[in-house]
Amino acid sequence: MTYDAVIVGAGHNGLVAACYLARAGLKVIVVEKNDWIGGAAVSRELYPGFTYSNCSYVSSLFRPEIMRDLELPKHGLQILPYEGGALFTEGGGYLGMFRNHDANRREIERHSPRDAEAYDRYARDVLRHCRFIRPMLLRTAADPASFRPRDIAELAWMGKQMFGLSEMAMYDMIRFWTMSIADFLDEYFENPAVKAYQAVASIIGTALGPMSPGTAYVLLHHAMGDVDGNVGAWGFARGGMGSITRALAASLGAAGGEIRSGSGVVRILVRNGRATGVVLENGDEIVGRRVVSNMDVKRTFLRHVDETDLPGAFLKRVRNFKIRGSSGKLNIALDRAPRFTALPDGSPCMKGDLHFTDSIEKMERAYDDWKAGHYSRDPFQDMMIPTMIDPTMAPPGKHFMSCFIQYAPPRIEGNDWSDADRDGFAQTVLNQIETYAPGFKDSVLHVEVRTPRELEREVGLTEGNIFQGELTFDQLLFNRPVPGYAQYRSPIRDLWICGSSTHPGGGVMGAPGRNAAAEILRDIKTPKKDMSDAYAVL
Amino acid sequence: MKAEKTMQPDPRLHYLTPLRQTPFHARTAAANRLNSWGPWGGYTTVLEYEDLAMEHSAIRNAATVYDLCPMVKYRITGPGAADYLNRLTVRNAARLPVGAVHYTIWCDDAGKILDDGTLFRLGQDDYRLCCQERHLPWLLDSAIGFDVRVVEETEDVAALSLQGPCSYAVLKAAGFEVAELKPFRMVDFVLDGGGLTVSRTGFTGDLGYELWTTPDRALVLWDLLFEAGAPWGIRPIGTQALDLARTEAGFIITNLDFIPAHQAVREDRVRSPFELALDWMIDWDKGHFNGRRALLAERAEGSPWAFVGLDIEGNVSAEHAIIYHDKKHEVGQITAACWSPTVKRNIALAHVRRPYHSAKSANLWVEVYAMRELQYVKLMLKARVCDRPFFNPPRRRATPPGLF
Repeated sequence: MTYDAVIVGAGHNGLVAACYLARAGLKVIVVEKNDWIGGAAVSRELYPGFTYSNCSYVSSLFRPEIMRDLELPKHGLQILPYEGGALFTEGGGYLGMFRNHDANRREIERHSPRDAEAYDRYARDVLRHCRFIRPMLLRTAADPASFRPRDIAELAWMGKQMFGLSEMAMYDMIRFWTMSIADFLDEYFENPAVKAYQAVASIIGTALGPMSPGTAYVLLHHAMGDVDGNVGAWGFARGGMGSITRALAASLGAAGGEIRSGSGVVRILVRNGRATGVVLENGDEIVGRRVVSNMDVKRTFLRHVDETDLPGAFLKRVRNFKIRGSSGKLNIALDRAPRFTALPDGSPCMKGDLHFTDSIEKMERAYDDWKAGHYSRDPFQDMMIPTMIDPTMAPPGKHFMSCFIQYAPPRIEGNDWSDADRDGFAQTVLNQIETYAPGFKDSVLHVEVRTPRELEREVGLTEGNIFQGELTFDQLLFNRPVPGYAQYRSPIRDLWICGSSTHPGGGVMGAPGRNAAAEILRDIKTPKKDMSDAYAVL
Repeated sequence: MKAEKTMQPDPRLHYLTPLRQTPFHARTAAANRLNSWGPWGGYTTVLEYEDLAMEHSAIRNAATVYDLCPMVKYRITGPGAADYLNRLTVRNAARLPVGAVHYTIWCDDAGKILDDGTLFRLGQDDYRLCCQERHLPWLLDSAIGFDVRVVEETEDVAALSLQGPCSYAVLKAAGFEVAELKPFRMVDFVLDGGGLTVSRTGFTGDLGYELWTTPDRALVLWDLLFEAGAPWGIRPIGTQALDLARTEAGFIITNLDFIPAHQAVREDRVRSPFELALDWMIDWDKGHFNGRRALLAERAEGSPWAFVGLDIEGNVSAEHAIIYHDKKHEVGQITAACWSPTVKRNIALAHVRRPYHSAKSANLWVEVYAMRELQYVKLMLKARVCDRPFFNPPRRRATPPGLF
């Protein structure tokens, strides 16, 4: 039995690629090392009655074109926009975020009248950058060194996007893509809490601090998605993030694709410079005309391919690819909703993202701990209680709390994470929440703690980096993952890469998987089926 | 022991009522028979009280009251106020006499309009700027180096617009004699032991006044006007009636007729004073002002857009229609339009690409989709560029005003 494509890893990008390939008529199999599927878009019940979003926890980037092409709503996918958010400040206050424009302005006005009136221009400028980048998400990046007509055409298209801008907009664009979020926010705001709230999205998943150049782009990466056209909005996947990959698996099944879980790939078989299949941990060999790896670029090429099959220069680039772990996660089952003393009863801010770091400086201090090889003593949290909106994830009155934590280094002062390190890490998080919500700890039923060690071991993400490689400008577009190999190909014929290590990068976006499928179909001259181009930006 | 004064609302609970109520809310709500509300600048405001046609005809026939509290107001004070406003705005604020008002605009450094508004000179070093949008960061940044204080004071002022040919008579009956008050001038009175300023300004193109007091006197003012105005059939008007009147008067509204430069997402949406037919107010000789260099260049090189009044054949209103030359090439868009009950013409305000803006330009057409019983009827109507304002009666400027 020979498959047309063997996809390694049942994460969202692997499944997206598999779905498109199966719909185009290819015989497709997805192999997964865990007993469950989903990669980092996964929901498991680790405590009776509670569904977690074990890794990724919110959705905005997942392309609506893909949801529609693959009929995911028919297979159960529902995205629920969230309603608010809050950043708690020292001394018992908070800065809320509200969907209503006037409420939001009045909220900022409580902290700074000037910033309240600055917000519109800020939001406008971020939206301008979003409009510039969004058309690029569902396109293969051009290879600037190639003279193939399609690369020249693609470069010309990019040039046209660029030269369609005014001189000032072009200056702004170049500055924005390279500057720190701290510098960017200083151009608009004065209030520390206002700046800290806006900086949240600029450090998530990134081994950089808010004062590091390049973090402004990371903000954009989190702002360029949408929920039903509301650009920058985020939502919960009903039933947890695993419902995204469950819907993808159902869509794949309907298209005739297979999934085999419970035994991971040991080695990608290469014969005469071509990938010919995979060998699994259980000894099974799966033969395929091509192998598509959803694993990150380091894991794929440094652990599952014989290094002698790869050019040395490529290997060196892959080794140097920045994929530093920076985050961890606590998933908590709660007996009751926490009561944050700063929030009025019934505040819609509970139905969204919550944070406890009220200045850029504190965020940067948290990053300093990471640089010293330690988890942050006063960590930054992107915390949510999805059950405030989603009734399916916990019994009535009980709650699931998802805490995304920064910073957590891949190693603790040069050593592997120990269980004691892990427990210490968890305590800093629980203590921080307890400070703002007294009695919280008493309501905890179960905690799943995931440091970079667990993220790497269970999900397979090198160093636990959630984006399969950092989103810095040197690792974006035609340089992602490494120069010369940005078009989902590798030095080995018929070995493809489709994970977040590739353009346009991480987050539960699906675009890398979709774009990789497009390249494979182009390569074998098979017409794409049910694959939409990016929706127009009017 | 608890204090007996009324409880201040918890400022954190603003989200329960995201739209504020104006100081006149008790009266506007009671008069709002249709319960027709819309948001304006963070406030809930009346769109139509009872009957749009009656409200509009009262503007042109009798006396009307419009709640304009949501207008954003900035107070600009200090020895550097006049110099600062000369840098900020395109008109000459130093030559505006104390007790006078002028209509003005301000631009970004690229010469694109940020907003328009009215500037009141309350004292030698004391101005109030009223406008549609919020600009505090721009106003503060522009103040660097000037001995001036800029404060947003929207909530500290209660304001009503009293408009219509009988508005002078109503004011007189209410005890405020303004016979000698000329257009764009203001005068102070005492109201209920506090201050009331009456300015001869408005947004209807008719005789009218704007009345400014403190929020605690708002209801006193409203009741006084309605009691005094009863013989003239005074009535409150909603935003829809005002919108008809302002279109007849040829006035523009920010974010309806143009996108302010600091909000425009699409770079081609911004407009310069030349492109909104507001270049007449630029004082080129007063020294530097924001956008001057760019505007000088534009004056020399020309502008792509013009803003014009249109007279359209037939009686079907052409809101948001696309304008064509020779029925083929798009040359512009309509931003405001109505069948004018006052001038009995089908009028519109429009952005038109030069050179199609000139009154000599023939062969302009507008594409109208008229909804008739769930179906669009598609029309291609001939349009002619014409002078604004469409309605400009002598009674608007007469001093003393007519006493009807």
